[in-house]
Amino acid sequence: MNNRTLNTEAGIAGGDSAVETPGDPAAPAVPVSRARLGWQSWRGLVYQLAGILVAFLALVIWLRTADLSPIELTTLAPAALWGYTVEHIQLTLLAAVIVLVIAIPLGIALTRRPLRFLTAPVLAIANVGQAAPAIGVVVLLAFWVGFGFWAATLSLVLYAALPVLRNTMVGLQQVDARLIEAGRGMGMSSAAVLFRVELPLAVPVMLSGVRTALVLLVGTAALATFVNGGGLGILIITGVNLSLTPVLVTGALLVALLALLIDWVGRVVEHVARPKGL
Amino acid sequence: MSEFTSSPHAESTSTDDSATPTAITGASILLDHVTKRFPGQTRPAVDGLTMEIPAGKIVMFVGPSGCGKTTTLKMINRLIEPSEGRIVVDGDDVTDMNSDTLRRGIGYVIQAGGLFPHMTVATNIGIVPKMLGWDKARIAARVDELLELVSLDPALYRDRYPKELSGGQQQRVGVARALAADPPILLMDEPFGAVDPITRLRLQDELINIQEELQKTIVCVTHDFDEAVKLGDWIAIFNEGAQLEQYDTPERILGDPANEFVENFIGSGAGLKQLTLTRVADVGLRAAVVGNPGERAADVLARVVEAGHGHAVIIDERRRPLQRLSRRELGRLQVISDIPDPKLPVVGIRATLNDALDTMLVSSAGAALVTGRRDMFKGVVDVQTVMDAITRSQAAAGLDSDQAPVGLNTGLFQAQASAAGSDPSEIEGSGDGAGAVQ
Ligand SMILES: Nc1ncnc2c1ncn2[C@@H]1O[C@H](COP(=O)(O)OP(=O)(O)O)[C@@H](O)[C@H]1O
Ligand SMILES: [Mg+2]
Repeated sequence: MNNRTLNTEAGIAGGDSAVETPGDPAAPAVPVSRARLGWQSWRGLVYQLAGILVAFLALVIWLRTADLSPIELTTLAPAALWGYTVEHIQLTLLAAVIVLVIAIPLGIALTRRPLRFLTAPVLAIANVGQAAPAIGVVVLLAFWVGFGFWAATLSLVLYAALPVLRNTMVGLQQVDARLIEAGRGMGMSSAAVLFRVELPLAVPVMLSGVRTALVLLVGTAALATFVNGGGLGILIITGVNLSLTPVLVTGALLVALLALLIDWVGRVVEHVARPKGL
Repeated sequence: MSEFTSSPHAESTSTDDSATPTAITGASILLDHVTKRFPGQTRPAVDGLTMEIPAGKIVMFVGPSGCGKTTTLKMINRLIEPSEGRIVVDGDDVTDMNSDTLRRGIGYVIQAGGLFPHMTVATNIGIVPKMLGWDKARIAARVDELLELVSLDPALYRDRYPKELSGGQQQRVGVARALAADPPILLMDEPFGAVDPITRLRLQDELINIQEELQKTIVCVTHDFDEAVKLGDWIAIFNEGAQLEQYDTPERILGDPANEFVENFIGSGAGLKQLTLTRVADVGLRAAVVGNPGERAADVLARVVEAGHGHAVIIDERRRPLQRLSRRELGRLQVISDIPDPKLPVVGIRATLNDALDTMLVSSAGAALVTGRRDMFKGVVDVQTVMDAITRSQAAAGLDSDQAPVGLNTGLFQAQASAAGSDPSEIEGSGDGAGAVQ
């Protein structure tokens, strides 16, 4: 076990430097300090992934060695678990795509001059909305639009759109107004300034909003099962209803690990996509 | 602002105008009865200003903070749209031209350079050429040429990001970026406000050198009157509401201030400031007896005595000054050494008399060695030369300059007041009061 972990970590460290190299040839002047910095910020990511893997292995070992009833054994069969997980990821990704397609353009539009007066009120609403409990949103919406996969998707989308919308707006707002003026002053059109200056500079903040949304989505997608939306939530509900603690624990752990894994992927993307020079 | 609505047809109109900004010298600018009123403000920020900016000259805008310098400057490239009046560039009314196209032909430099942090130096500089459709090779060549122009080694700096540059280097890249497409006009808003005093002096000198080569029309806002005197061919001194108090040469503003406001603005030491108006290159340099390392000191001394001088200047094989030796020092030496004297009083030929005097005082040498290109020795400037120059420039200030460009306010504010009777005249009174306080 111990041995395994070490191996894993070494493997990841190797993979890590392989990921970093493509960015490096462009890096000018100060390669040494940059590589050092690179490793410093990658280290957290390596630890996070290692932690996730260790927890996952622990879960597997526990499932293999625990004394499970026949019902539990069928419910927790690897094929079934895999199916729930895939469903869960599908639900999450679909919701995520819809969220991005809606929230990013909306966030951009709300920070443009004609709509700029809406920026502050929308940000306030987004902050309040995010504090509302997810389960309430899911159930309320289900009563309104009906039950099933699409109802689940819609409520998830609404819920997860808020952080993306908020961070898009905040990210664009925090771009130094003098840079925008410099761009316009050089004869860049407002669209050119948006795409070549404002959005690239907003990318770090926007990506962290996307990551928040994805993590939210993984978590709240578990609630989709209340409206027959499918996903890993079924394990939790079955576990609660039939008092099958191992099923409940497995479901909860898988959701948590999936959320952590997606968070990790998000961080890696943020790291790679962050514009150089910032 | 209206640029946001007009931008969609920027692409369509840019093609036919994109070839224009390749003139070698500057273009003249005319602000014709220009007024800017910001919404919700009773007094206009710029009030009926008419002003001619001659081609190929540096015009400095100075005045107290909030008097409308930046607003006036930004109306030239229409980052701020005038409420009334016309902007004319080289005889063409550009008030209704597509503003993006207009701005691609006008360089714009702001404080700290305004470089885009996520782009390399080369990308930053190449933005406007790229918009104008230049090909990659031409842009790359231009970037290197401009980096050389602003004294940055292209190989070292072209691929750096702005955060890897010092403040002064960022400002240089900002100037290079503004010059990228060789625009006839350069607008600068307090360009050297964010760098330390020593770097500022160096950047000012470089701007003067660049301007000598390029002959652009440069409009530069500053709050530093000394900077205005140093850089400006013409200085416009503004009061509240962009009221032009005086628009004249630095010599005449220093020698013959138009009113009390200008006098207060100049502050004390107008006489000393006049020293910054004359460059070492413009006064007669004295020749010197030169010697080379390895020569016998006695030979050099003989030449010094023969010429009736007090000192000899030792120069290396590339004519760079190494030492300045008095007769007494020569008498004590056997052979001239090649060790440079670190305290040698040296000034560049582009330095002002103020700098020269300062160098002499610091080294207590009574004279400074003048160097030209590649630090080659040119001659000697001494205290007597400086005194003669002061006398001459004071005499010149008394003369009227007949080629002074037009600059006046039609005073919309006052015009309204005098037309409308008692109530507005009270406003005028309060306005004057505010002006007098400034
Ligand atoms: N965008 C703006 N909106 C409203 N008022 C402005 C704006 N820009 C400048 N002003 C006002 O116009 C006046 C002149 O400002 P400005 O031209 O920036 O002064 P300066 O550059 O001489 O310090 C000030 O009173 C300022 O408050
Ligand atoms: Mg200003």
